Amino acid sequence: MVAAAVALVSASGAVSAQELTGRLKKIKDTGVITLGVRDASIPFSYLDDSQKVIGYSIDICHGIADAVKAELKLPKLEVKHNAVTSATRIPLIANGTVDLECGSTTNNLERQQQVSFAPTTFVTATRFVAKKAGNFSDLPDFKGKTVVSTAGTTNIKWLTEINAKENLGMSIIPAKDHAEAFLMVDSGRASAFFMDDILLYGLVANSKAPADWVVGSKAYTVEPYAIMQPKGDAEFKKVTDAAVVAMIKSGQVEKLYAKWFQSTIPPRNINLNVPVGDPLKKALANPTDSGDGKDYQ
Amino acid sequence: MNYNWNWGIFWQTSPDGSGTYLDTLISGLGWTLSTALSAWAIALVLGSIIGVIRTTDSRLAVGLGNAYVELFRNVPLLVQMFLWYFVLPELLPSAMGAAIKQVPPPWGAFVPAVLCLGFFTSARVAEQVRAGIQALPRGQRMAGTALGLEPAQVYRYVLLPMAFRIILPPMTSEFMNIIKNSSIALTIGLMELTGRARSMQEFSFQVFEAFTAATILYISLNVVLVFGMRWLEKRAAVPGFVGPSVSGGH
Repeated sequence: MVAAAVALVSASGAVSAQELTGRLKKIKDTGVITLGVRDASIPFSYLDDSQKVIGYSIDICHGIADAVKAELKLPKLEVKHNAVTSATRIPLIANGTVDLECGSTTNNLERQQQVSFAPTTFVTATRFVAKKAGNFSDLPDFKGKTVVSTAGTTNIKWLTEINAKENLGMSIIPAKDHAEAFLMVDSGRASAFFMDDILLYGLVANSKAPADWVVGSKAYTVEPYAIMQPKGDAEFKKVTDAAVVAMIKSGQVEKLYAKWFQSTIPPRNINLNVPVGDPLKKALANPTDSGDGKDYQ
Repeated sequence: MNYNWNWGIFWQTSPDGSGTYLDTLISGLGWTLSTALSAWAIALVLGSIIGVIRTTDSRLAVGLGNAYVELFRNVPLLVQMFLWYFVLPELLPSAMGAAIKQVPPPWGAFVPAVLCLGFFTSARVAEQVRAGIQALPRGQRMAGTALGLEPAQVYRYVLLPMAFRIILPPMTSEFMNIIKNSSIALTIGLMELTGRARSMQEFSFQVFEAFTAATILYISLNVVLVFGMRWLEKRAAVPGFVGPSVSGGH
């Protein structure tokens, strides 16, 4: 399956009310767009100290919502938030509970059989986080050990597959969410937590003793993040993709990147200090919704 | 609904190297059964003892029994699961805690799950047993004492045989609950049936098929259980006393 590159739609002509279908029709009829949000995907989508959902993906989604509102010529569009988890995000997009998922979701070919994705707005890689004291550097160090990853992620799938393929004999615990997985390593139940590196940096920065932790230097997989959309809804995809592309071209995404990855963020005013990597530079220069890791190298 | 149905998914190989998706679900059902049955053994023994204690004459024993029941009945099961798994090892001496944490999966999750479910359900069983004993006419206990039986013998030969018959139907519900509640063990990484269904969803994105299969397996398991318990009720029925053979009041 070849993922088609996004056709650059600069400004789609206004669609008249009769030919609206799918989500656009639903949004027009109800005056509501529902965003799927996460509670602990720092800094993409998480709760601040006043229990408000904030983050990089949330800002991008609000940009899309504005574009949808303009496209449908709605006087008022209510933006609702609906909490999702790693495991529930895909079914909730598929069954119409949420219209867009704004979190830290990897775009890959398997997922594209159930959902579709907006142009990539972040690129990360699978790495592990462990206690410095353990002196782990690469996969063979975990032979026969217990490791953890979050249920419902591409990372645990990759980990399970590599474990079977290379006969590493690791015991893999599926954790309920990122915070619990991190706690399993912290409490000594597991040797390492395999996850997207950006999330690991966020967890380490927010931990009690950031100096005790090390994030592995080896990147195992390429994970392009994007806003997730329902599959097979071409009209809705056209509007949302155009909105994201417009935000990339106008430099808005770059500004948001600086705001969330290179300045202090709530709740603990930590600066993650993540430079823009080459894969992301490439993806922002030529917006793409490809789910194939090779297209980002 | 924007969803691709694929019912053939069960015969595809799952990426964890354990066979097809159907095989992983069946293996999950095995873990669900082992967890539920082991926990049920704990619940039945502990619950019966605590339930009996709460009907004795000793105020201290009754108070302790009541405290036990309230402790395990008033904290959500999910929280208790978390306490057994994450908090208990931290409260023990550090060498012991470290040893517990080093227990390899799945036993590292299986044991806390069994203990948690066992204690939680034992409080509910204790409540049923107490109610069963107190549902008997007061004369039964007095008659036993009048015959010269020791208190322990009164329970053994007079009260408990009848009390357990009375509470068979609600105990069936408790037994079914423990099977369903065992799914909470997935939050501490035990791959029982619901956990397997979730992992199947994660690997294949066929969420509705995975959970349909899990639902059917749970229902089948509980239907077998209901018929087994009905048979037991019939077998244990005392003519003219409570149970399926009685028509009208007692």
